[in-house]
Order: sequence, then C-alpha cells, then structure tokens
Amino acid sequence: MIRSPAGNSRGFFYVPNILKNCLLLYSTELVTQHMSQKVLLTSKEINIILHRLACQLMENHLDFKDTALIGIQPRGGFLAERLVKILKKEYKIKHIDLGFLDITFFRDDFGRGEILKANSTQMNFLVEDKKVVFIDDVLYTGRSIRAALTAIQSFGRPSSIELLTLIDRRFSRHLPIQPTYRGRQVDAINDEKVKVMWEENDGEDKVYLISK
Amino acid sequence: MSELSVNHLLGIKYLNKKDISLIFETADHFKEVINRSIKKVPTLRDITIANIFFENSTRTKLSFELAEKRLSADVVNFSAGQSSVKKGETLIDTVNNILSMKVDMVVMRHPNPGAGIFLSKHVKAAIVNAGDGAHEHPTQALLDSYSIREKLGDVGGKNVVIVGDILHSRVALSNIFALKLQGANVKVCGPRTLIPKHIESLGVEVETNLKKALEWCDVANMLRVQNERMDISYFPSTREYTQQFGVNKQLLNSLDKQIVIMHPGPINRGVEITSDVADSDQSIILHQVENGVAVRMAVLYLLASKIK
Repeated sequence: MIRSPAGNSRGFFYVPNILKNCLLLYSTELVTQHMSQKVLLTSKEINIILHRLACQLMENHLDFKDTALIGIQPRGGFLAERLVKILKKEYKIKHIDLGFLDITFFRDDFGRGEILKANSTQMNFLVEDKKVVFIDDVLYTGRSIRAALTAIQSFGRPSSIELLTLIDRRFSRHLPIQPTYRGRQVDAINDEKVKVMWEENDGEDKVYLISK
Repeated sequence: MSELSVNHLLGIKYLNKKDISLIFETADHFKEVINRSIKKVPTLRDITIANIFFENSTRTKLSFELAEKRLSADVVNFSAGQSSVKKGETLIDTVNNILSMKVDMVVMRHPNPGAGIFLSKHVKAAIVNAGDGAHEHPTQALLDSYSIREKLGDVGGKNVVIVGDILHSRVALSNIFALKLQGANVKVCGPRTLIPKHIESLGVEVETNLKKALEWCDVANMLRVQNERMDISYFPSTREYTQQFGVNKQLLNSLDKQIVIMHPGPINRGVEITSDVADSDQSIILHQVENGVAVRMAVLYLLASKIK
C-alpha cells in the first residue's frame, strides 16, 4: 500500500487506475478517522430482495385477510411500508393491516446506558387471533424482538407471530430468536455496524457495513 | 436531545424550554399507552417510588400513584397523619429511613415552601415536588400547559389569564413560569389583596376587572380561594368575591369568542366557577386530570432514566 497524503493521486508520476482507487479509499479513511464503510447491498439488490420477500409473504398469507404486518419502530416502519406498497401495487393485494409498534417502554436495558427516546405506536386494529408478522431492518442481538413480543401483548393475543428481517446478522444473537423470512445473511463482528438507508428517509436505498 | 437538564423536578423555575418539549413529546406516547386496553408498560419495574404526602391531596396523589403503577414501578405510600412525624421525627430522618429500604425516587408534597429543594440536597434519591406550600407545583403546571397545547395546538403566543387567589397559589407561580417559558402572554386577575406585590417582575400583567381579562384571553385558568392558608380576611365575603371574580355562563356568553376554561381542582362550585361552566364544552377540567397521568408518567420516566 502506498502511504501518500490525500490528493496526491494526480502527481507527477503515472499512477495506474487501480492504485488511484486505493488512494481515494485511503483518503476517505483519513477523513472519517479510520472508519470505513462498505456497501453490502445496492438499491437494485434491495429491490430484488424486497420483491422476493413480498412473494414469500404471499406464499404463506395469500390475501392477507387474517394477517397484520407490524413494523418495529423506528427503522422497521420503512421496510414494512415498502413491502405493503409492493404487495398492493404489483401483486394486487387489496387490503393489508399495517401497524407500527414502538418498543421503547418494553426494552430490558432501561437505566443501563443511553436514555431511550420513544417513537409513536400506530395500531388501529386488534391483533387478537391474527397472524402477525414483525418487520425490522436488522436482526442483531434479538433483544428488540424480545421487547416487541412483550409489547404486542397489549394489543391482544395473536394466533401466531413471524419475523421478517432485511439483514440477519447471524452469530450475534443474545437470545434464541430467528427470522422466518430473511433478506440477506451477514457475518459481521461486534465492532461493525450494519446501517440500512431508505430513500424516503435517507435519500438513497443502500445497506452499509461500517467498521471502526 | 433526549435527556432532562435536571435530576430532580423541584420546580418549573429550574427547567428550560427543551425540557418542557421533551416532557410533552414523551407524554404524547404515554397518552397513547393509557388509552390502550392494557394500559401498563414494564419500563420502571426495577424502580421503587415513595409517595410522601405531608399535606392532603386527592387528585395529585391518585394521579402519581396511577402513573407509577402504569409504569410498573413499586409504590409505597406515606401520609404524615399516620406516621412518626407526629412523634417529632425530622423530615430528613423520615425520608432517609424510607430510602434505606431501597427507594429510588420520592414524590413529596409538603406545606413548607422549598421542602423539596432542601431534601434534594440531603438525600440520595430523585425528588419530584408534588407541591411545596405556596411555592411551586410543577407537574400541575406541566399538565395545564400540555392541556392547552392539546386543545389549541400550541402554548406559544396564546393569551392566558390566571384568575383567583394568586397569593396563596403554588399552581399560579408554576403556571406563570411554564407559560412564560413557552412564550405565552400571561395576566393575573383577582382582588388586589390576593395578588402578590411586584408580581409584574415575573413578566405578567395585573388586571382587576374579570370581564376585561376574559375578553383578552384565549384560556382562563380559574383558581380556588385557599381559605386554609388565609390567616386574615382578604376580601369582605365569599358572595362578594363570587360577584367580582366568579365565572358564570352569562358572563361567558357575553364575550364575542369561545374561551377555554381550566381549573386545577378541587372546584368550589358556585364560588369561583358555576356548575354550568364547569360542566360545559368550553371546560377542559376533566382532560386536565386525564393528561395529568400521562404527564406524570413522562416526568417519572425521564427522571428515572437518569438514576445511576
């Protein structure tokens, strides 16, 4: 690796393209203080995965008559809305119950770290005897889903609960919780962070692996 | 920012504008929770709260207790009437004895102004002031502002008049601090004898004509005459007080707009407010009580999250 200060890639000597890229990468690393990010999924890949997940949901839930899709706040809501959009527009499902569940008050780390800020819960239906599908962007330790399992009890007794997640970080689980539907399995170490970006919120559809 | 700037809620005076909006945003979420069929969340299950009341209370005590129970906290209640305080125990000793039973938070009402502040300096627990003499009653002011925000969309820029016994009222002082902090215009109205001297220094105007005050305001907060705190006679008779400063339907109908009527309770029907006004559509008195639980849940939640 050539250790050269940023911006020197247009230097006096001829630098092959591949080396230029290396230098560019090195310079962004300098800016972000040794934090690097790698694209795990591009917008096109996300789109393909979302369509597959929508089809897998349809396979089990047909017309979604007794099903409720529930986005886990704050980041699962975007994924849930996206899936509902695809199911309605491209697969002509007429009606889908969609809710957003905030788990802040049900988490098990209250007073153990940072202060938790709540998000809104919107559940305009009872989940009594419904087939509930929890939807979240990243499944990591499983603690959020544990909290969601408790939180959902305030809205009735579902006949079953499934879990859909875009990114499944396997090998990082603290609890025996596994997804029913998964977009992509990722092996990431604990220092790394998986960030899912959504166009409607972050300006682009992309999944990054960020390491310190 | 998602953290309060204080470790105790001793008065509105010690809060900033961001604290108030954080409490209100959190209360919005709790209001949704208490309207579910299962109204309870497990957040404070490892927190124990002592409600220590050295003075009588119905609404505040009940409201705090409900808020605590809906957050799953363990609750112990203590009333001075049936306690060793009568045997001569000091406040610090009483509270330290309670705290040695591993209590994390204390909600206290006390007849002496500054009792909460005093306690916060001497004991190791988060203190919530539930009324200290004629000084402050912060959670009441918060729920009043929250109810105005709910009814009118915002507190900033609204005209609010506080009518009645300003001199003996902790609700009035806390409300003035809270309303001014959020950018409302505040007037106080009542008999001259019941308005503290130099109250203008808090940024409020004094109006002694109730009709004029009501014509000016968007919200009227009616206070009770606190006979139990009066050592001398401040006005000739209750009947005369009612004639001058009581709100009735006829008076409200004579205004060219619909104003919002509030009352912190307990109401003396027929004195500061007539029954037809208290029970009318313009009155949000019962909403205030409902919001009280949500706002107190928010305060307890935010303070408990700062306990290390």
